Amino acid sequence: MSGTEVKPRATPPEGPSRSQSVLREIASGNALAGVLAVFLAVVVGSLMIAITDEEVRASASYVFARPGDFFQASWDAIWGAYTALFRGAVYNDRVDDFATQIRPLTETLKFAGPLIAAGLGVGLAFRASLFNIGGRGQMLLAGAAAGWVSFTFDLPMVVHLPLAIFAGMLAGALWAGLAGLLKARTGAHEVIVTIMLNYVGYYLVFFALSRQGLLQAPGSANPKSAPAHDSAILPKILGDRFNLHLGFVLALVAVALVWWLLNRSTLGYRIRAVGENPDAARAAGINVGRTYTVVMLIAGALVGLAGANQVLGTVTSGVTTDLDAGIGFDAITVALLGRSKPLGILGAGLLFGAFKAGGFAMQASEGIPVDIVLVVQSLIVLFIAAPPLVRAIFRLPAKEAK
Amino acid sequence: MSTTTALSPTPHTGGPVVGTVKVASRKTLVIFAVLTAGLALILATSAEAGDTTFRLAADSDFFQLPQLTVPSLPTAWVLAAVCAVLTAESLRRYLTKRSTPGWVVVVFAVAWMAGFLTWAAAGGSVPVVGLLAGSLALAVPLVFGALGGVLGERAGVVNIAIDGQLLLGAFAAAIVASSTGSPWAGLVAAMLAGALVALVLGVFAITYLVDQVIVGVVLNVLVIGLTSFLFSQVLAPNAATLNSPPRFPRVPIPVLGEIPLVGPIFFRQTVVVYLLYIAVALVTFALYRTRWGLRVRAVGEHPKAADTVGIKVNRTRYRTILLAGAIAGMGGAFYTLVSVPQFNREMTGGAGYIALAAVIFGKWDPVRATLAALLFGFASNLQGVLAVLGSPVPSQFMLMLPYVITIFAVAGLVGRSRPPAADGVPYQKE
Repeated sequence: MSGTEVKPRATPPEGPSRSQSVLREIASGNALAGVLAVFLAVVVGSLMIAITDEEVRASASYVFARPGDFFQASWDAIWGAYTALFRGAVYNDRVDDFATQIRPLTETLKFAGPLIAAGLGVGLAFRASLFNIGGRGQMLLAGAAAGWVSFTFDLPMVVHLPLAIFAGMLAGALWAGLAGLLKARTGAHEVIVTIMLNYVGYYLVFFALSRQGLLQAPGSANPKSAPAHDSAILPKILGDRFNLHLGFVLALVAVALVWWLLNRSTLGYRIRAVGENPDAARAAGINVGRTYTVVMLIAGALVGLAGANQVLGTVTSGVTTDLDAGIGFDAITVALLGRSKPLGILGAGLLFGAFKAGGFAMQASEGIPVDIVLVVQSLIVLFIAAPPLVRAIFRLPAKEAK
Repeated sequence: MSTTTALSPTPHTGGPVVGTVKVASRKTLVIFAVLTAGLALILATSAEAGDTTFRLAADSDFFQLPQLTVPSLPTAWVLAAVCAVLTAESLRRYLTKRSTPGWVVVVFAVAWMAGFLTWAAAGGSVPVVGLLAGSLALAVPLVFGALGGVLGERAGVVNIAIDGQLLLGAFAAAIVASSTGSPWAGLVAAMLAGALVALVLGVFAITYLVDQVIVGVVLNVLVIGLTSFLFSQVLAPNAATLNSPPRFPRVPIPVLGEIPLVGPIFFRQTVVVYLLYIAVALVTFALYRTRWGLRVRAVGEHPKAADTVGIKVNRTRYRTILLAGAIAGMGGAFYTLVSVPQFNREMTGGAGYIALAAVIFGKWDPVRATLAALLFGFASNLQGVLAVLGSPVPSQFMLMLPYVITIFAVAGLVGRSRPPAADGVPYQKE
C-alpha cells in the first residue's frame, strides 16, 4: 500500500517457480507500477515544459489556424529538454573525443554516490518502520565533522582520509541516534524529532561556521570553513579529467554492507521484525527500543557518509551550510522509489543522480529551470506510493485478492 | 505496512492519562528554578553596567507613554528576585499538592523576559512596541498554518504539507493579485491553493491510503519544485504583470488602535491579521461548541465509533482538511500581500515546519497552538532585536529555540503532548 515495502520477502524458492514469481510480480505488481509511475511523472513534466515555453505559448494563440505550429513547437520544447537531459546525464554526442562524450555518465555517478548512501540511511530506517526525515541535519553535522578533521590535522593520507570519513559518519550517527534514543526512551515520534533536529543542526553548524576558533576559516568573515587538506580529499578514480571520486565506490560498498546486514545478519532480522510488528517482536524477546536506537545510529552513519562525501569529494573548498545540496530530502524519494531495498536504492540513486546531472545541463543549454527535476522526482514518488491510482489511470487489473 | 501509524509519542508502557496534573506542576517548578538560576548566573558572570531604556510608545501614538529608563544591573537583579519569589510560591504550592496557577506563570514569564532584556540591552534601548509588533508579523503565517494543522490532525489527517500550503498560497496570491489588481482576489486564490494541496493530500492519504507523512513530505518537495520552476520560467520574465501584487493597507481600528502599547501592536494591522483573530476564535468555537466540531473530533479520535453512529468518516475528513488547507493558504497570502511585495522561490523558509511544531507544542488545541506560534514568532524576532542591540547571545541559538522546545515537548519533558488517537490512521470501512 505505501511506497515503503517493509515486508521481508521470503527467500524465493529455487527452480522454475522463481522466474514465474518474478514474472507475476512484473505483470501485476510493483515493478510495472514503478515504470508507469516514472512514465506518468515524465509526461506531466513534459506538459509543464511545453506550457511554459515561450514559442509554444506564442503558437497557441493561433492554434486553430495552424495547429501544426503549436504541436511542432511543443515537440521541440519537450524533445529539446529531454535530449539535453540525456546529453547531460549519460552521453554527449556533440563532442568529438570519447572521454568528453562519456563525461556526463561519470557526472551522474558522482551525483548518485551521496544519493545512494543517504538513500540507504533513510531506507534502512524504513525497514524498521522508522521515518528518518533528518537527512539534512545529519548531513550538515557529518559534513562539519568531516570538514573539521580534514582541515585541522596534517596526517598521511592513509590515516587522514579514513579518519575524516569516520568523523563524519560518527557525527551523523550520533545526530540520528538521538532521535532513535528519544523514541526508545520517551516514545517521542521520530518524524517530529528528526524534522526539528534538521533545523537545530542547521543553526548549530551555522553558528560554528560564523565563529573564529570553531569552524570559520581564519581571517574570514563569511560563514565558511577552510578548504580540506589534500590528504583528506577523496581521490579521483578516473584521473583528473573526470570529477568522479572514490565516494561512489564507498556508496557501492555501503549497498553491499546494508544488503548483507538486512538479509544475512541477526541484527537485520531484528530490524525487519521490529518493522513488521513491534509488539510481536517484543513478545519474541527482541529489545525494540534498543533496535530503534541502533537502526537510527546506522542510518545516521550512512547519511553521514553522504555528508562526508560532499565535503571531502564533491565540494572540497570548505564547509558551508549548503553542503547537503538537497540530498537529505532527495534521499527520501530515493528510498521510496527503491522500496527500501539496497539494490532498489542503488537503481533509484542512479536514476536521480542522472536527473541531477542532466538537470543542470538542461538548465544551461535549454534554459529550463533545474527545479523541474524536483517536480518529476516528487511526482514519481507520489505515483509509486499509490499503486491503485496508477492502476486506475492505466486500467490495469487489480491485484489478486489474498 | 505503513511506516508510521500516528505522530504520537506512544509510550510503550501505555500508562493511564489521569493524574498528570501533579506531574505537570512539578515540571513548572523545575522549569522556574532552572530559568531563575540561569538568569542569576548570567547576571553574576557577565553583567555590564549602564542604563536600559524601554521605549513603550510608537511614534504615531495619540497618548505618548514615557520612556522607561532604569539602571540595568540593579533592575535585572530585582526582576530575578521576583522570579525567585514566584519559584518559591510554586514550590510551596507543589508541597501542598496544588498546581501552579496560570497567573503565576504569566507573571514569571514577563518578569524573566524583562530581566533578560534589561541585561541584554544594557547601555541601549529596547523598542518594546517594535519587538512585539514584529513578533506578531512573523507569527501570522505560523498561526494560520498551525490552525490548519490543528484542524486536519483533529480530524485524523497528519498534515506535514503545511509548508507546501503556505508556499503555494503565497504563489497563487502573488499571481492572482498582480493580474487582477485586487489583493482580495489574491487572498481567495491563496485559500484555493491551500485547499488544492489539501485535496491532493486527501486523495492520496484518505482515498488511496498512502502513508500521510510520506505524502506530506513529498507534497512539500513538489510545491517547492513547482513554484520555483514557474517562478524562473514565468514570473521572473514577467515580473511587472505577474509578480507585483498590490498590498493590503494597514487599517487602524478607531478606538482600539489608540490604546497605549496594545493598540499599535494588535489593532493597527492589515485585514489579514484581523481575519486571523476571527479565524482563531471561529475555529476554537466551532471545534468545541458545535455539532460539526464534535463530529470532527470524533472522526479523529475514534473513526469506527463515529461511523457506527452514522458520521461519514472520510467525507468529514475531506471537508475538514479542505477547510484547513484554505486557512493555511491565507497564511501564505500574508507573505506576498502584506510582508514582502513579491513572490520569491522558497520564500516561506520552512515556516510550515515551525507551524507543525506549534501544533504539537500547543497540544492540538487551536488556542494553545496560536500561543505557541506567537511564542515562536517572538523568539525569532527577539533574535533580530538582540542582534541589533549587540547582545552576547548568538542569534543562531535564539533561532534554534522553537525546534529545541518542540523536541522537549514531544519527548515529554515539557508536559506530555498527546495527539488525537486516530491521527495519521487511514479509515477503511469494513
